[in-house]
Amino acid sequence: MSELLITLLFILVKLAVIFGVILTLAAYLVLAERKILARMQLRYGPNRVGPFGLLQPLADLIKMLTKEDVVPDQADKWLFLLAPGLAAVTALLAFAVVPFGPPLTLFGRQIPLVVCDLNVGVLYFLGLSSLAVYGVALGGWASNSKYALLGAIRGLAQLISYELSMSLAIVPVLLSARSFSLTDIVMAQQGLPFIVVHPLAFLIFLVSVAAESKRVPFDLPEAENELVAGFHTEYSGMRFGLFFVGEYINVIILGSMVTVFFLGGWLGPVLPGFVWFGLKVLAVAFFFIWMRGTLPRLRYDQLMHFGWKILIPLALLNVVVTGGILLALRG
Amino acid sequence: MNILRDIKGTIQPFWVTLRNMLRRPVTIQYPEEKRTPSPRYRARIVLTRDPDGGERCVACYLCSAACPVDCISMQAAEAADGRRYAAWFRINFARCIFCGLCAEACPTLAIQMSPDYEMGSRDPLKLVAEKEDLLIDGCGKDEEYNFYRHAGIGVVNPRGGNPDEYGPVDIKTNLP
Repeated sequence: MSELLITLLFILVKLAVIFGVILTLAAYLVLAERKILARMQLRYGPNRVGPFGLLQPLADLIKMLTKEDVVPDQADKWLFLLAPGLAAVTALLAFAVVPFGPPLTLFGRQIPLVVCDLNVGVLYFLGLSSLAVYGVALGGWASNSKYALLGAIRGLAQLISYELSMSLAIVPVLLSARSFSLTDIVMAQQGLPFIVVHPLAFLIFLVSVAAESKRVPFDLPEAENELVAGFHTEYSGMRFGLFFVGEYINVIILGSMVTVFFLGGWLGPVLPGFVWFGLKVLAVAFFFIWMRGTLPRLRYDQLMHFGWKILIPLALLNVVVTGGILLALRG
Repeated sequence: MNILRDIKGTIQPFWVTLRNMLRRPVTIQYPEEKRTPSPRYRARIVLTRDPDGGERCVACYLCSAACPVDCISMQAAEAADGRRYAAWFRINFARCIFCGLCAEACPTLAIQMSPDYEMGSRDPLKLVAEKEDLLIDGCGKDEEYNFYRHAGIGVVNPRGGNPDEYGPVDIKTNLP
């Protein structure tokens, strides 16, 4: 009985820590993005609130919370209220299966540094990233505004298309690791990280992930200069804030997935495991921000052509070739 | 080889942004850092004095007439020595668009634009400047010009007594 309670307690503590870290990290990722983008455009970025603008996320939060929460007259009220939550929660839930360190020994018991080491962790992640479509689709549909609807339609089409290439890009990794568990996938990279073994799969996965996170150059669902703000045009205050935070949580979760699948997870010399994991995730996040500062937005037809005519065939070919080679090696 | 060009075109911008990220921002952080405007900057309007210390303004109303937003008003008066001046002179800076037409119109270089641009206020009435607010002690942009040394009706010198001035024409010499 007490054994069960202690296990439960550890899980709760882990949940609290992960929630705190992820939400803080998401808030500061916003600040980091604004600062880095500003430096790329020879500006300073936010630097007035607190030292180096470090309290900016707090100021933004206060602003968001005190803004009026507008629900459009013609909107589908319940769906409208539900959608931002869906967007943030699906992104947060995916973090349950991410292993961010080697098992820790504390008070004489082994604690795996993952909330829940599912043996189908990869499928769980893919399932949740499919569900993330609902936040966009319902938000756009329930707003009852043409801009929001257009953004939602684009978002749907884009997420569904790029999910295929994303899942296909993971297949070679699964073939090499021979497991669906994220912990096993990390452990399989002890010799060489999979980025070296499967460079093509890594590139496809990175591009698909950028498209999944709906960020520049794939930010068609919210294309400011055509659709006002796309699917979240009608949202204000903290509901808009939830969409916003959801996007950055998504960046973190997708960054951790890139880390787990291709960059060797927590594995690394000298520094403790979770530090390596954090550094790798931040490096991927920096790459996303860098990409935002660099590339212009794709046109809608270019996006679809690139997804269906280049990425998916390439990913399929990659699966076939990798499978053949692995079969030949095993004899 | 279009695909090679495309790949190059995708990779190259990353290098450009990275290089720019490491450069110094060009932002001037306004309240702490201030740039010095050029001398010809058009901001607060001043009324200048001639080198002798007298008011240059002769209250000719040309600035008031030139002003496209009608923000200059004055009342002309004449001193005992025949010198004209403005009894009161008012510029409503809440209206002024700092176009500089008044300074261009002024025949005596009295009204001039200065580079002092920090003059915002929450109260529009505080932006109405009277003559004592506008009048400065210096000559502004031209240190030498003194209108009454070149023209004017016998205020500094008797009529026609200025070096580049003819005396009054004796109209009777034109008679046959």
